[in-house]
Amino acid sequence: MRAAVVRFPGSNCDQDCHLALREMGVDVDYVWHKDASLNGAELIVLPGGFSYGDYLRCGAIARFSPIMRAVTDAARNGTFVLGICNGFQILCEAGLLPGALMRNRSLHFICEHVNVRVENYETPWTNAAWTGTVLRLPVAHGEGSYTADAATLKELQRDRRILLRYCDENGAITDAANPNGSALNIAGICNEARNVFGLMPHPERACDVRLGSTDGRVILQSVLTKLGVKLAA
Amino acid sequence: MRAKVTVMPKQSILDPQGVAVRDAIRQHGLPGARTVRVGKLIELDLDDATTDAQLHEVCRDLLSNPVIEDYAVSVER
Repeated sequence: MRAAVVRFPGSNCDQDCHLALREMGVDVDYVWHKDASLNGAELIVLPGGFSYGDYLRCGAIARFSPIMRAVTDAARNGTFVLGICNGFQILCEAGLLPGALMRNRSLHFICEHVNVRVENYETPWTNAAWTGTVLRLPVAHGEGSYTADAATLKELQRDRRILLRYCDENGAITDAANPNGSALNIAGICNEARNVFGLMPHPERACDVRLGSTDGRVILQSVLTKLGVKLAA
Repeated sequence: MRAKVTVMPKQSILDPQGVAVRDAIRQHGLPGARTVRVGKLIELDLDDATTDAQLHEVCRDLLSNPVIEDYAVSVER
């Protein structure tokens, strides 16, 4: 099993993603945004950062880079695609996930640890947790306010595609625990087929005790287990 | 030909930037400022052969995000 981390001009979490996966025993390649092929990767990560300087809208230009054609094809064929932060924004812009990420309601860039509650553990991305598990993960974004029309939000709820919601330390979904004004406190959603997952928090930055939390491993472990990877101890 | 594309947040969407600017305008001595919405103006200089359909496609797919924004185009030929 190989994983691919896509690098756009302005990606800045690519090395964190690479390291987190490598330390879990995965073979990881970097793929440049101008490449046309993902070399058969079974897990594709779109990392955080500021692709193309976030010009126009976050993710709007990255969405048209050559590699995104391959990512879209792979996603449609069931390959696992994980979009973190800017990667989530790119997936929404590309139409691989519904909705959009808007400016935080505070207008401030936020950089802090937040609590998120796993809303559905029966997915490739959350099977190492339980529904209701609270994960402590870092966020770092200016445009993380998840928005979608009422019909889309209803569909996401009905199909249990909201995988993570911002919550307080006890797991209560409150407005005070919503760092950016996201609809329904949404921190992460998946597509209908459940192979594409986008989230604003950074699991890759929470995989080492020295970084204050290892809760991010839960997300990576889930998908790697699903892919049959024997995890490094 | 020249085109001007105006991209605005949809009416149904809360525009936090607009709210902050409105509050600043009120502070600045214009308490009657009711609503402010902040968008973008994009100027394009285009080959005369460009069709309206091509222009709208670019507006829809790239210059605006239909989930959160509306656009309007004015063309000078």
